[in-house]
Order: sequence, then structure tokens, then C-alpha cells
Amino acid sequence: MKIKNIIITFVSAIAILFSTSVVSFAKVVGDKIILGAAISLTGKYSSNGVHTQNGYNMAVDRINDMGGIKVGGKTYKFDIIYYDDESNPKRAAQLAERLISQDGVEFMLGPYSSGLTKAIAPVTEKYGVPMVEANGASRSLFTKGYKYLFAVLAPANLYLDVAIETAVELNGGKGVRIAQAFEQDAFSQDVRLGILDAAERTGSKIIIDDKLPKELNDMAATLAKVKAVKPDVLVVSGHTKGALTAIRQIAEMKVDVPMLAMTHCDAAKLSKQHGKNSQYALCASQWHKTLTYKDDFFKDGMTYAADFEKLFGYDPPYQSAESSAALLVFKDAFERANSFDQKKVRDALADTNMQTFYGNIKFAEGGQNVDKPMVLFQVMCDDAGKCENKVVAPLKWASAELIHPIPKWSER
Amino acid sequence: MLTLQAVLDGLLLGILFALIAYGMALQWGVMNIINIAQGDLVILGGYIAYFMYLYGIHPAWGVIVSPIIMYFVGVVIYKLVINKVVDRDLFISILATFGISILFMQLMNFAFGADVVLANSGYGTTMLFDNSVTLPNSKIFSAFISIVFAIGLVIYMKKSKLGRAIRATAQNARAAKILGVDTEKVYAATFGINAALCGVAGALISITFTIHPYMGLPYTIRSFMIVIVAGLGNLPGVAMSGMGLGVFEEFADYILGTEFRIGSVFLLLVLILVYRRFKLSRKREYLK
Repeated sequence: MKIKNIIITFVSAIAILFSTSVVSFAKVVGDKIILGAAISLTGKYSSNGVHTQNGYNMAVDRINDMGGIKVGGKTYKFDIIYYDDESNPKRAAQLAERLISQDGVEFMLGPYSSGLTKAIAPVTEKYGVPMVEANGASRSLFTKGYKYLFAVLAPANLYLDVAIETAVELNGGKGVRIAQAFEQDAFSQDVRLGILDAAERTGSKIIIDDKLPKELNDMAATLAKVKAVKPDVLVVSGHTKGALTAIRQIAEMKVDVPMLAMTHCDAAKLSKQHGKNSQYALCASQWHKTLTYKDDFFKDGMTYAADFEKLFGYDPPYQSAESSAALLVFKDAFERANSFDQKKVRDALADTNMQTFYGNIKFAEGGQNVDKPMVLFQVMCDDAGKCENKVVAPLKWASAELIHPIPKWSER
Repeated sequence: MLTLQAVLDGLLLGILFALIAYGMALQWGVMNIINIAQGDLVILGGYIAYFMYLYGIHPAWGVIVSPIIMYFVGVVIYKLVINKVVDRDLFISILATFGISILFMQLMNFAFGADVVLANSGYGTTMLFDNSVTLPNSKIFSAFISIVFAIGLVIYMKKSKLGRAIRATAQNARAAKILGVDTEKVYAATFGINAALCGVAGALISITFTIHPYMGLPYTIRSFMIVIVAGLGNLPGVAMSGMGLGVFEEFADYILGTEFRIGSVFLLLVLILVYRRFKLSRKREYLK
């Protein structure tokens, strides 16, 4: 009986060992390069998680259809293993661990949001797995000395400083008075740091500096203060909740400010949900379809947007565009490295210098993309109440002229 | 003027809180259940109004449609879950409703998506003192409807047969049962009425603020706080406590900053509990 137990234990141990080791060489199978991604398909980030996944899938299909990836004289195709991280950082870290140590993935794509990218980055770094991410903009991701993390998007601190610089320029080069309200999360606080830097650089003064709670749905107190002190610029960043709440209450309380700058306007579908009330809001965006960057796969922003809409039935938000760009970066790096060695691919990624339909991509030491400026668009509505987002800064890409100052509510 | 704006904003907000808290107080008093899913019922009510708005119906009609649907949702929840925990320890009911809360959040997220949404009432704004104090008409409408429903419910509880049965059950469930009250039916109706009140509040919130599947908890916490301060079965207390909390929140926001808004509510809760304990200990009587 005892011997039988020993044999069963021995056989089970061998079986477990075998089952875990069998799958650990799955990075490139046949003609497929397998990438791993933990994406928020459920939970509070699920909308943007789906935008991210759609962006990834569209790029995979396009690259595969257009000849795939050529490495060592052989042609490969991309394939992605997805897991749902449930919008939960702990789960995302577990899934990254699973993708790498169980599924044998050797190259990763990023999740949605700075918070989840922060949870995954230490895992990919530990295993030396190159990760190209497209949806984590928090500055703290790029100051930790990560060697295997590359972000195709501009860091969060650059989101709205263009707005401050534009306001100063319009003020004849003199500093402006800024009122700001930011949610207390990593991303929004980084946007705030960017504004503080811009204020210092331009000699502007911060006269209101409110921190909004995560469960924000009422900004009346902040806006009453804004009404009382009359700043030159009001800056709000609190994800979609912040953008929607701010526009609703600014309109209800008839708050007059010469410039209103925000983040997450397109994710919040501001112009659709608020119509004319959202008019003149200035919004930071990583990408806009009217930008004229070009590449061989998606041609340009307008073509990308049209193709995306054909596939998924809606206009692509920038989250999808930057996710597609991540695949283009990987393809380029594999071909330049001409190898699947993680170290070589990592070095090739670090040397990336290319243009995609999404923008120029060149990584700094910390992994952030330093070659793509943010764009500002302004919500502009016609008399029939149809609203559109038009790029107004930087001037090189502008498709409309910035309307400044915002007309008073009494004159609208 | 800033002070007046804060007081008025706080009062209008507080009246809405009081309506949600009144439902909680009713069900807590009658069934001895602390409903952690209170906020999620509010959000579900909000989605009903939002979908009416999406289909071109004015969201204000939500204050009629939403409570009707939510009443049946409440009764179904009672029949499926709550009736199994109603006589049990308070802790069991907290766990059960916590489970319902998580389930509701996930189901709403699955069914309606994770986007933050709102319903536009197009009610405009009332401006006072040369535009220095502004009151959104949607908030005034919300406060007005909340008061109408609260008063309606008080009258219903006093005059109707079911209302009297509910009050009798709250006083002594066993005695009420002996005297022929169908307590099972009373419990189901109470839970349904609570859900209906949440439905009204939700519809009003979708008009005045924003809704999102995961936004229910702050409403649960606020109503819990209001009920704790007012005491069970004390309707004027709930109304006063709700409005007081609204004004307190607005002032905390002005003076300490928005980041301390929710924190100050908790601090107030702790202070009130400590004060109550202190008062009770001075009044304590001993049997000799």
C-alpha cells in the first residue's frame, strides 16, 4: 500500500512537472509570433478595454494580411493571447505572470490604464519580457528605470500644458491665472504636475487647486469658487466622470471662463451627451483622425478611422489608434532585430524611430514616446446643434482656429 | 453669496439624500436589515430613467416609471434572498446584501456598459442676486419630487391598511403576526417600497448628476450615516439629518477642499457616534 502511494505521488509529480514545462516554449509557434495581453473586458474599464482590444485586433489582421513579419528570411504572423483582467490591478499582475510563466509568452502588449500598466510592468521587467503599451501615460511609469517597457503615447504630464502655453500666448506672453481641479488618481495627478510645471515656466499663477474625490459627481463647490475668482483658464481632469460633471455643472451654474481645458472628452462622448453645452471646451488628445501622419499599413488617420468604423461600427477613439500603433512598433522592432531573442528585440525597440498613422514614435530612456506632441481639439457646434471636435493646436495640425475667449453664457 | 450658494446647494442635495435614507430607515426599522445594495438600487433606478431618455422620452417621467419597475425588482430580491435572512443575525443580512450589491454592479456593467452616462432634462437654471447665486432647475425639481414622495409615503403609512400593517410589524413582528398580519407580505412590500424610493432617487440622480454601474456605494454610505444620526423610525429626523449632511458636505468642500468632502462625512459619523455613546453612558440606569 505504501509503495503504491509512493508510485502515485511520483507519477503525479512528474505529470505536473511535465504539464508546466510543455507549454513554456510557446513564444513563436510555427509561423506565429504569440503576444500576450491582459485587457479589461469586464469591470469599470471595460469600454476602453474593448477599444484597446479592437485596436490590437485590427492591427494584427492588417499586418498579417499585408505580408506579416519577416525575421531571419521567414515570414511570421501575429497572434495574441488575451485574458480579462476584470479592471483589477492585482488580477492583471497575476495574468501577466500566467502569460509569461505558463503560456510561455515572451512579448507583451499593455493593458488599459496607467494603474493596470503599473501593476504589470514589474512582472514583465522581472522576466525580461519586452512590453509595448499604448494606454498607460502616468509619468511614474517612466521614472522607475524600467528597461523593457515602451509606451507609444505621450506621458500624462504633457496632456494639458499646451493649453496653458496657448493661453499665455493669447495673453500677450504674460502669465495667466489658472483654476484647476484634478481627480486623486495617478493619471490626473500627473496631468496636474504638468500644469504646475507649465505655470512655473510661463509665470502663471494657480489660484484654485482642488483635488476631486474618486466618487466625484458634484463639482458645484469648486465651480462656485471659480465663479467668484474669475480665472483666465479652468483646467479639469477626472476621467469621463470629471468631464461630464464639469460640463453639466458649468452650463447649469453659468460659469464664464475664457478658456476651459479638459481630458477624456472623447471617451466621455462630450458632444454627444451634452450637445451645445460642451461647445468651446478644449480637450487634450493623444490622436485625432485629421492628423496627417502616414504609414504603409493604415495610410493615414482618416483612412484608419474609415476602416475602423467599417469593422467595428463606431468612430475610433484615440485608445484604439494608439493600440494599433503598438503592433506596428513591434513589427518594426522584430524585423530590425531579425531575431526573437528578447534582449535583441528590446534593444531594437529602444532604437525605434518611425512614423505611424498615429504619430512619430521614438522612445526616451524611460520608455516614453518623446516624438509625438499632444493635440488639443475644441468642441465646435453649428447652428443646428451638431457638434464636432476640431484640432486647434499645435498650429501645424490645426484644422480650425481656436475660439478664444469663450463667449459668455448670457451671449450664447 | 458664496455662503448662500453653499447652503442652497447643500439643502437641495440633502433632500435627495434624505429620500434614499428614508427607504433605508424604513426597511431597517421593519426588517432589521442593513441594505448595502441600497446605492446599487439607486443606480439601477437611474438607468431606467436614462434608457427612457435614450428612447426619446423625457427623463422626468422616470420618477413615475422607475419606482414601479423597482418595486417589483425589490419584491423579487426579497423572495429570492432577503426572506432567507430576515430573521437572522444583522451580520448575515449585511453579507447577503453585500453580495447582492456586487452582483448588481457586475450585471449593470454587463448590461449597460462601463460608460458614465447622464440624462439631460433641459430644465435650465434659476439665477438669483444678479447671477451670483445659481440654482439648476433640475436640482430644484429633484428636491421637490423627493419631498412629494416623502410626504406621500408618510400619509400612506398612516392611512392605508398596508401602511398600518408595516408599522405594526415594525413595532412587534410577533404580536402583529398573532393578530393576523401577514408579516411575510409586509416584509416583501417594505423591501419593494424601499426599492421604489431608490428608483425615484435614481431617476433624479440621472437628471442632476451622472450614473455609472460602480457609483452606488457612496449613496449607501450617506444614507447609512443619515439613518444613524437620525435614528430608526424618525422621519423628521431623517429629513433634517439629510439636509444637514448636504449643507455640511458643501461647507466641508468650500473650507477644507473637495478632497476632504467624503472624509469629513465619516469624521462627522464618528463624532456623532462618540457623542451618542457619551450621552447614553450618562443616562445609564442599573437594575438593583
